[in-house]
Amino acid sequence: MLGYLLKRLTYTVPITLAVTVVCFLLVHIAPGDPLNAVAPADAPAEVVEALKAAYGFDRPLPVQYAKWLGRAVAGDLGRSVATGRPVAGEVLSAVGNTLLLAVVGGAAGFLGGTLLGCLAGYFHKTRIDRVASAISVVGVSVPHYWLGLLLTIIFSARLNWLPAMGAGPGGSGNWTWDLAHARHLVLPAITLSVIPMGIITRTVRALVAEVLSQEFVQALRAKGLRDGQVFTHVAKNVAPTALAVMGVQLGYLIGGSILVETVFAWPGTGFLLNIAIFQRDLPLLQGAILVLCLVFVGLNLLVDLIQPFIDPRMRRN
Amino acid sequence: MSVTALATSSAAPPVAATARSRGYWSGVGRRILRDPLTMGCAGVLLLIAAAAVLAPWILPVDPYKTSMLHRLAPMGSAGYLLGADELGRDMAARLIHGGRLSLMLGVLPVVFAFVIGGSIGILAGFAGGWLNMVLMRSLDVFYAFPSVLLAVAISGALGSGMSNSIIALTVVFVPQISRVAESVTTQVRSLDYVEAARMSGASAFTIIRAHVLGNVMGPIFVYATGLVSVSLILGSGLSFLGLGVKPPEPEWGLMLTTLRSAIYVNPAVAALPGAMIFVTSMCFNLMADGIRSAMDTKA
Repeated sequence: MLGYLLKRLTYTVPITLAVTVVCFLLVHIAPGDPLNAVAPADAPAEVVEALKAAYGFDRPLPVQYAKWLGRAVAGDLGRSVATGRPVAGEVLSAVGNTLLLAVVGGAAGFLGGTLLGCLAGYFHKTRIDRVASAISVVGVSVPHYWLGLLLTIIFSARLNWLPAMGAGPGGSGNWTWDLAHARHLVLPAITLSVIPMGIITRTVRALVAEVLSQEFVQALRAKGLRDGQVFTHVAKNVAPTALAVMGVQLGYLIGGSILVETVFAWPGTGFLLNIAIFQRDLPLLQGAILVLCLVFVGLNLLVDLIQPFIDPRMRRN
Repeated sequence: MSVTALATSSAAPPVAATARSRGYWSGVGRRILRDPLTMGCAGVLLLIAAAAVLAPWILPVDPYKTSMLHRLAPMGSAGYLLGADELGRDMAARLIHGGRLSLMLGVLPVVFAFVIGGSIGILAGFAGGWLNMVLMRSLDVFYAFPSVLLAVAISGALGSGMSNSIIALTVVFVPQISRVAESVTTQVRSLDYVEAARMSGASAFTIIRAHVLGNVMGPIFVYATGLVSVSLILGSGLSFLGLGVKPPEPEWGLMLTTLRSAIYVNPAVAALPGAMIFVTSMCFNLMADGIRSAMDTKA
């Protein structure tokens, strides 16, 4: 097992490095000059040159990359071209909000998906299965940004029960655990939960149905175990794969919340990305993407590392 | 009857590859034709696609013509069957025309990724060794990006526009399709009949064309059909963010975002473009499921 853990850990190093290269190159595949956001179009050549030198854009690419990486490792992601504030600070304060939304939405989706999936798998090819499968198809087919709009129309515009925008009263971006803030979390979290719910339902349904068809289940039944006890055995067999899928899905929620955050003006990384793209603030764009990818890579690593602790079969070989 | 067809097809020796594959594909076709849900979804999709292609003949109304007097006209008002948008443009015409760009955003990236990813995967799987290693490990890098983030990052860097959205989505799907293609090709490559073909002096190209392609296209195709709805939702999502199709083109995601401010005035009209995305993507999903189970001889 130690070998597996070490191998998995080592594998993360080249991937992380490659991710930094891609994030770095993103700025350079962008058409136009990265300085367009700061320098006016009619700026004299020597001003442009001075700005280039100030931002380090006059050096060869590998040198720029090495310098950028060195600073990034030290926690310095440069300054936002638009606001002049350090990118690292802006991204970190936004990451907290995104994580909060992703964890709450993910938990709701995983809970609902596991429940529906178990029901559908246990009552395979019955009416219950068909209803659960229909819900899961809707979950994976619905454009979640549209669902967010529908929820806003119903619960904010019509019923006026829940707020439609922001993470707190009066547009406050700082999250605190109280009812006024929690009310802001409800609609975006529900919106974010439908895709993982659909996917987890499908996964768990297939896994449960497959495990139930195996011979050891028949043996357990023949031995006289009650349904509940049989299901404990099934759950133990389903858990490792289901948890692995959930881990990946949580990563997708963190990296993919930009659409939902935009609909609800949620002050997270997605919202930040949106600003960065439209102000062509490339250091901010680069920094936000880098941090999100590192979170994603870290999460995938974590899921793989805890696998052997959940699944005893992996410990043996 | 289909049970016996299944039994014979799976029991047939691999040597009779051509005879078996003809039987297999007609069996798949029969099973799809007999599946009411899949055929229903295919019908709905055909209807939407036909309406989009024939839009000017079906509804001879200019989808770009604005009218200040009819801004946000409710559904069913005179001359506006499905109401009008925030600039008084006819919603019915825009929804029908919008199918053109939205369907392209759903289908084209998957087709491109199918060709590119399929070639990379088959090449990697068939060549094996270091080439496989280099190709597949470099594609692994893309798995370190959540797909929405990757699409947003690429189109954010390239700038908005329909073609940039298609490029971004293609880049998102290529690694996924390559991985599927590589794994099925690796399985097929080690089968006895491929070895026999190699022994009898067939060139690599001949082996791929005659023995590998027919056996790997099915699984790759099934996987790709499942991606169309993802591509549609993501592509329209890019337009929704302002990264895709530019105004005033009619496109469902873009229409949804420009109508966002109207949710307090005319929520039914504002929700319509999203309903189109939803129905289309659900039909693609259900059809992909139908094709998958029709091609799965084990079930």
